Amino acid sequence: MATKVKREIDVGEAVGILAAQSIGEPGTQMTMRTFHYAGVAEQVPTGLPRLIELVDAKKEPKKPLMDIYLSPEYAKDPKKARTIADDLECTILSQVAEISEDFVEKKIDIVLDEKNLEFEGLTVEDVKKTIKAAGGTVTSSGNRVAVKPNTTSLRLIRRLTNKLKGMHLKGVEKIKRAAIIEAKDGIFIRTYGSNIAEVMKDPRVDAKRVFTNDVKEVERVLGIEAARNTIIRETKQVLDLQGLNVDVRHIMLLADAMCMDGAVKSVGRHGLSGEKAGVLARAAFEETIKHLITAAVKADDDKLIGVTENIIVGQTVPVGTGTVRLKFKH
Amino acid sequence: MLVSKMIDRVKFTIFSPEMIRKLSAAKITVPDTYNDDSYPIDGGLVDPRMGVIDPGLKCKTCGGKLRSCPGHFAHIELVRPVVHPEFAKVVFFVLKSTCPSCKRVLMSEKQIQDIADQMEEESDLEIGSKAARKAKKVPKCPHCEEKIEEVKFLKPTTFYRGKNMMLPSEIRDWLAAIPDADIKLLGLDPTYARPEWMIITALLVPPVSVRPSITLETGDRSEDDLTHKLVDIMRINQRLEANINAGAPQLIIEDLWELVQYHVTTYFNNETSNIPPARHRSGRPLKTLSQRLKGKEGRFRYNLSGKRVNFSARTVISPDPNISIDEVGVPVAFAEELTVPIKVTAWNIDKCKEFILAENYPRAEYTVRPDGKRILVNEASRQEILDTLAIGYTVERHLIDGDTVLFNRQPSLHRVSIMCHSVRVLPGRTLRLNPIDCPPYNADYDGDEMNLHVIQSEEARVEAEMLMKVHKQIISPRHGRAIIKPQEDHVSGAYFMTRNDSEFTRAEACQLLAIAGITKLPESDRKGNYSGRLLFSLLLPKELNLRIKSKVARKGDENDPESWITIKNGMLLSGAIDARAYENEILEKLIQLRGHEEGKRFLDISTRVCLSAITLHGLSVSIANYAASEEAQKRLDEIQDTMRREVDGSVVQFKNGTLERAAGKSMRETLEERIMAITSKTRDSGGAVLEKSLGYENTSIIMAKIGARGSLLNAIQMAAMVGQQAVRSKRLSRGYRGRTLLHFRRGDIGAASRGFVQNSFRKGLLPTEFFLHAMGGRESLVNTAIRTARSGYMQRRLINALQDLVVASDLSVRDSRGIVVQFKYGGDGIDPIKSQSKGEVLEVKKAPEDEAM
Repeated sequence: MATKVKREIDVGEAVGILAAQSIGEPGTQMTMRTFHYAGVAEQVPTGLPRLIELVDAKKEPKKPLMDIYLSPEYAKDPKKARTIADDLECTILSQVAEISEDFVEKKIDIVLDEKNLEFEGLTVEDVKKTIKAAGGTVTSSGNRVAVKPNTTSLRLIRRLTNKLKGMHLKGVEKIKRAAIIEAKDGIFIRTYGSNIAEVMKDPRVDAKRVFTNDVKEVERVLGIEAARNTIIRETKQVLDLQGLNVDVRHIMLLADAMCMDGAVKSVGRHGLSGEKAGVLARAAFEETIKHLITAAVKADDDKLIGVTENIIVGQTVPVGTGTVRLKFKH
Repeated sequence: MLVSKMIDRVKFTIFSPEMIRKLSAAKITVPDTYNDDSYPIDGGLVDPRMGVIDPGLKCKTCGGKLRSCPGHFAHIELVRPVVHPEFAKVVFFVLKSTCPSCKRVLMSEKQIQDIADQMEEESDLEIGSKAARKAKKVPKCPHCEEKIEEVKFLKPTTFYRGKNMMLPSEIRDWLAAIPDADIKLLGLDPTYARPEWMIITALLVPPVSVRPSITLETGDRSEDDLTHKLVDIMRINQRLEANINAGAPQLIIEDLWELVQYHVTTYFNNETSNIPPARHRSGRPLKTLSQRLKGKEGRFRYNLSGKRVNFSARTVISPDPNISIDEVGVPVAFAEELTVPIKVTAWNIDKCKEFILAENYPRAEYTVRPDGKRILVNEASRQEILDTLAIGYTVERHLIDGDTVLFNRQPSLHRVSIMCHSVRVLPGRTLRLNPIDCPPYNADYDGDEMNLHVIQSEEARVEAEMLMKVHKQIISPRHGRAIIKPQEDHVSGAYFMTRNDSEFTRAEACQLLAIAGITKLPESDRKGNYSGRLLFSLLLPKELNLRIKSKVARKGDENDPESWITIKNGMLLSGAIDARAYENEILEKLIQLRGHEEGKRFLDISTRVCLSAITLHGLSVSIANYAASEEAQKRLDEIQDTMRREVDGSVVQFKNGTLERAAGKSMRETLEERIMAITSKTRDSGGAVLEKSLGYENTSIIMAKIGARGSLLNAIQMAAMVGQQAVRSKRLSRGYRGRTLLHFRRGDIGAASRGFVQNSFRKGLLPTEFFLHAMGGRESLVNTAIRTARSGYMQRRLINALQDLVVASDLSVRDSRGIVVQFKYGGDGIDPIKSQSKGEVLEVKKAPEDEAM
């Protein structure tokens, strides 16, 4: 006979603290090492540094990565997949050309490397067109291009040089490298550098299965709900990789709290903790004086609704058995 | 607990000078503290009207004594006003946003109306301040057409209008003239925080109890830093007054004025940027108001968020496997010092009297009358107390067996770092803890200290027993798996006890069963002897069934019954118990079936039986465990030779440029990767050789396999080779130019010179190997130190961000403001503790009575 166990969470349970402890405590057991992902040569932060990165809701991860799954006809053939990967990898002018400044003549000399151009599947004409878009008077002979800027200021010339160097010739911007990975569930492309908005436009790509480790980018492109899922996915991945077992519910709660009001907020004084209700709670966390001063100027009330505030004044904390308030009639 | 009064809210405001004067118990007039007879000077900075800190004296304001008088504020009248340094930024904002002539906000009537409407609607001051911050600079005042001269702010307290410095008195007049309605538009609350109050005319002086002076052994008094600072302010203030009265030139007056400003600034915050900190005679910077509040050792984090408690104890812990997991051994010396308050009732009055009557432990220490008066129990008072003791009194008696206490070990990283135990008073001088309880506390016995807290109220006791008792924490909420579980010797014991060849004589069987409290000897299953499996099965619940693969099973042994741990109706039929079977399958299943109490009983009994079993059986580990046979040693040497050849081969290829480059890597990186792969392969194949050579009856290998202690890697390092050392996941490379040590040739990038340790720990390392091994060791030590600091801070932030999230009565998760974070906790409302194996959601069949409903 199977007995029914009450498996529901208890009302009043301090699930926030539980989640924070369940994610924080294993932190002491994590390694600081970087991880070497197959195909992408970079050392990708994992373990504690990556977890901190996630919790900080950094604008961009240290090593942005994408896992791109392909539409059915490409998903089985590594050769076909390779063509997509080649198309994704972006090429900038400095990769196929020698760029030098001539400050005497006040011009910039560009020598295109035809071998490299061919390797990348580009023609000299293509490149010239791109260079023209940068501005200045362009004169060319064979693989030599000279740009005469409209200005004589050395500083502006240098600025133009830098602009030229970074000029995007082909592929998807920001994607520095793409590798084919053959996994059990089919072939996918792992890229170093992340740009889901552009990649998802490619019809050869299974747009529903384009993953990135850049939470903020997901928020920008796909919205808050997707960002929340990314936080959960990434956090879980970090913990799993370390062989640490943490219930998803804790990670979900963290992600939900970070995405609570429609924008990804960091855990810390500039995010969740800085926007708490209680003056005392904020003062007790960080930047004590600043919080006290602004509270005085606005004549703020601390309604003593949080945990820290009640500890400070020595009252029962509104958590667990402390949530029950009974009044006696005399 | 009955609470008769509660604080509803705390309001933060700025004191007006009028308010300060009203609050003040004394006006400070003398820049000094004590006179020559060491009496406090009237009107001095320790004026007795501010309260007293010397025992015996009486407060001149409230008549209270040392303990009963809370202290009273006084004030200093500043002859010339100064800017409050912490509010200077706000002052700047207000000046910038208002007109110097008509004192109105520099916004058009329409803008003003819009903001006012919006603020009315949302009753939020924030809107005003945001709007004003956004407002563009205007060349002319929209109200009076006056040309606006830009106000500049030079940190920390100086303001310029155009090119002229503004005196604080000018600023004050300006601020005072701004109408209330316009102040509101700037995000300030005019009833509680008029901007002119941010310019100080009357300075509040905290009572002496806030800045007590210390009497040194020599009899000299040493004043608090704040008192020193206040003396400075008073002294310059008086000099300024004298100069003004004497009609001194404006230049001198302004110099002194600035000096007052400096002292006031450092009085509030001695770490103000662009200002030299005020120093003590010894050169130590003074600790002023800001420094008292701020940071880890500041008032907020040190005294308000964390409070010190009585009725607690701390000392070294040591193991005692014979006490229950929910007990803690307390030394008699502690039990005689710690007390428990007992309310006297009709049912326990006789027992209470016994404690009062007793002269030695356990006796009563104090009694408390219903009116709160405490009476020490001693020779003199004993009889009187006995005569007057009645229902309603409280007796504070010594700690005795069975009392409820909380036990804790820092760092308290999760909730199982503090659990409820019941007391076992034991001889000795350490706190005793069952070794099974070590993982939740993360404790060991190498000198760890732990804290004990004696619960002082009935309500707290009930909560602790119901929520924090050790047996309720066997399953961790982190993953729903056991965290308090059999370990090391318990697992070894269970394994050796339940092996197929394990038999016990009748006498041994009796002994084992007696430990478990089982008095009925089952029928012999091995011709008068008893198999260990039979005895172990007696500890299992009858409804337990399981079949899992044993960890010791070798490949290809799938048909051997010993490769499978089979339990049928609580009888262990085949296979020897390993760690996974013991903790996950048996312990966790048992708790699911029969609850936490049974889980505790099982842990207590089974571990004790297993320990006895392993004592009977014997288990030794010696250096001989790691002696590889001669043949194996030869194989190992061969493997290492192959490795060296391969590495050298790769190096040659690299130098010739014939090495095949890996995608996206330089030649050098490719080589390094190749060599790393070769060396790790070498160690692995060494492990395989070793495993074969050491055999399956090697105790070290067995313990590694069943999950009791150690790993195969440990054995390999001890018996075969230590292997490649690495720093930052790369082979060692730093040291001298082109080499790690002088013992190698420059440019040698072979195995040995880059940190491959070919010797085993047993054989001993070469001096070079030893040094290179230490390089790897250093890195891991450094990493551990950094990691602790970083993860500690991350956890503090996590806790702070999430601490107010609580499950509401509709199973939604809300923060303290009532804002919903999750509509249903975890999406399914299921408690991670009860989520069972790995937190997956399991279907639970309905019980028959549910279906009837």
